[in-house]
Amino acid sequence: MNNLSLATYLSWQEVWRNRGRFFLVSLVIALITLLVLFIAALGEGLGNANSQYISRINADLLVYLEKSDFIIPSSRVERSTVRSIRRLDGVQDAGGISTSSVAILLPDDEVLKVSLIGVEPGKPGDPAVTEGRNLAGEQSKEAVIDLNVIQRSDVRVGDLITIRATQGTKDEFFTLRVVGSTEGQLYSFQPSIFVPYGTWDRVRAKSDAELDSPSSTVNVVAISLSDVSAAQTVSDALTARIDNVEVADLQTAVENVPGYSAQQSTVQTQAVFTLLIGVLVIGGFFQIQILQKVPQIGVLKAIGADNFTVGMAAVIQIIITTTLGVAIGSSLAFIFSLTFPPTVPIVFNGLNSAIAIAALLLIGPAGGLVSIFYAVRIEPLKALRLS
Amino acid sequence: MTLALEVKNVIKSFQSDSGEIRAVDDVSFAVEAGEFVALVGPSGSGKTTMLSILAALLSPTSGQILIDGVDLANMSEAERVALRREKIGFTFQSNNLIPYLTALENVQLMLRLNQRFDRAGAVRSAELLSRLGLGERLNNLPAQMSGGQQQRVAIARALIHNPTVVLADEPTASLDTERAFQVVQTFAALIHENNRAGIMVTHDLRMCQYVDRVLQMRDGKLVKIFTSREEILQLAKGE
Ligand SMILES: Nc1ncnc2c1ncn2[C@@H]1O[C@H](COP(=O)(O)OP(=O)(O)OP(=O)(O)O)[C@@H](O)[C@H]1O
Ligand SMILES: [Mg+2]
Repeated sequence: MNNLSLATYLSWQEVWRNRGRFFLVSLVIALITLLVLFIAALGEGLGNANSQYISRINADLLVYLEKSDFIIPSSRVERSTVRSIRRLDGVQDAGGISTSSVAILLPDDEVLKVSLIGVEPGKPGDPAVTEGRNLAGEQSKEAVIDLNVIQRSDVRVGDLITIRATQGTKDEFFTLRVVGSTEGQLYSFQPSIFVPYGTWDRVRAKSDAELDSPSSTVNVVAISLSDVSAAQTVSDALTARIDNVEVADLQTAVENVPGYSAQQSTVQTQAVFTLLIGVLVIGGFFQIQILQKVPQIGVLKAIGADNFTVGMAAVIQIIITTTLGVAIGSSLAFIFSLTFPPTVPIVFNGLNSAIAIAALLLIGPAGGLVSIFYAVRIEPLKALRLS
Repeated sequence: MTLALEVKNVIKSFQSDSGEIRAVDDVSFAVEAGEFVALVGPSGSGKTTMLSILAALLSPTSGQILIDGVDLANMSEAERVALRREKIGFTFQSNNLIPYLTALENVQLMLRLNQRFDRAGAVRSAELLSRLGLGERLNNLPAQMSGGQQQRVAIARALIHNPTVVLADEPTASLDTERAFQVVQTFAALIHENNRAGIMVTHDLRMCQYVDRVLQMRDGKLVKIFTSREEILQLAKGE
């Protein structure tokens, strides 16, 4: 215990008396921290922009067309199947979800591209509203819009909006009343607007072939379970009893949103490489420093400091430098994040940032490990022989 | 008088490409508490090797070292570390001080190592440094002091914890003659006053005028011991 306080004393004196040098290293760590946190936040932001609706959906399982590889736009499930699913044991409720992309006309000839999501009012997939009311009726000309639409335009709850959709070779226009708003519903890199299924089928983008006949399918079916722990049983029963479907839990569903996994792994690779660079920079600095300190460490050992004290002093020094750097970097990241508009896909989410900060706090000790071993192994005889 | 240090038939050999080198060859001597001894001899005669063995930094190939009557041979590594901080004071030729500690802190470090640092120790450290003429330099870092001042700080550090044996490897090597005399004189006075056993390695025979005995080494052997005052002064004058 006393050795620990001696080690703390030595390392603190050294850091304080060389504060310029150590502060520079802390600044390097701060910059690396900033970079890593931004990469993590970008990953989170991009992931959100692509799949937020799915990851926050009020359901436990999603049902896809068999062999659709869990790709929502290429999956088609018959509406009659939704009703069969609803009758299965263990299924509390089920709702079809259909996706498309349309534009909202804004003043001054501007448009806002949004994901048009058709849901069954009151069923899984229909998001909870934060303002106004939920959708009602199969065919009603109303929409619930994502808070993100409000942030990016002047559209408010109660307004009428005009939707432009490409149907066949023509642009068609539809007017909907915004009855409510919801939040955190980005999908496919666009904010979402939700409409009842019947309305969706009328106003969505259509190919020539789809023009005349109403659609009898949805893309996927969201299921809520009576007992979440029975997810596997229900999933097995579903695939056994209903033809041509496959079932995914929400995590699988999110990972298979087109582009999601590729993007996340790219971003993660970047973060890992940045961390590695950090390890090398810190490692290099402390290693060079230890080489310069061989005589003084020799003296310390020759006058009776034990290996624990010498090694611990090196460890504490690295911890001080890293912690300071990470603290500065995180504060900078936080301050910068306040200046971003909502359209920038950078999201500081507690978990991702915490993981990044933990990893960053480890890079100091990881990088300094070699130098610590080196310090411990310096022979006290060095104090004499180098003199 | 009690024997602070006893060296009995110590041999230290090193293996090298050209065969075995006996850096220390069957050396025996003893130093009493309150006695200041010089270890002289040509380059390569084994002085530093001898000092390293006395400081428990190096194990002899054979022979016995007793400090305060305790044999170093039977000690574990941890016990040697403890011995170095409790019973031995050491000054090195250069790189003596911890560069990020002030003069005062360097001296106090010895007390901290021994977990004996308190208010009284702090006062004593400052007094000892003042005694060595460094009263104005207590809060200077080593880089802000001259070589001679640093040597004096090292001497204070080697004495502050009341060690049994004080070992100094060429404490005057980097000093001009005038300074060197001053430093060795004060060193000798402190050894005598505090009743320590002091051994100083030196190239400079003139420094021997302040010591009680001179041990002369050649080729690892202890070839001559000067004990009488006349002999020592003659040696110091280079006659
Ligand atoms: N680790 C070692 N390995 C091999 N030989 C060594 C080692 N250390 C010392 N020697 C040899 O032992 C002999 C004595 O060396 P030592 O350093 O003790 O001499 P010294 O009297 O201190 O010389 P100087 O006055 O030049 O400092 C020399 O021949 C030296 O080369
Ligand atoms: Mg030598």
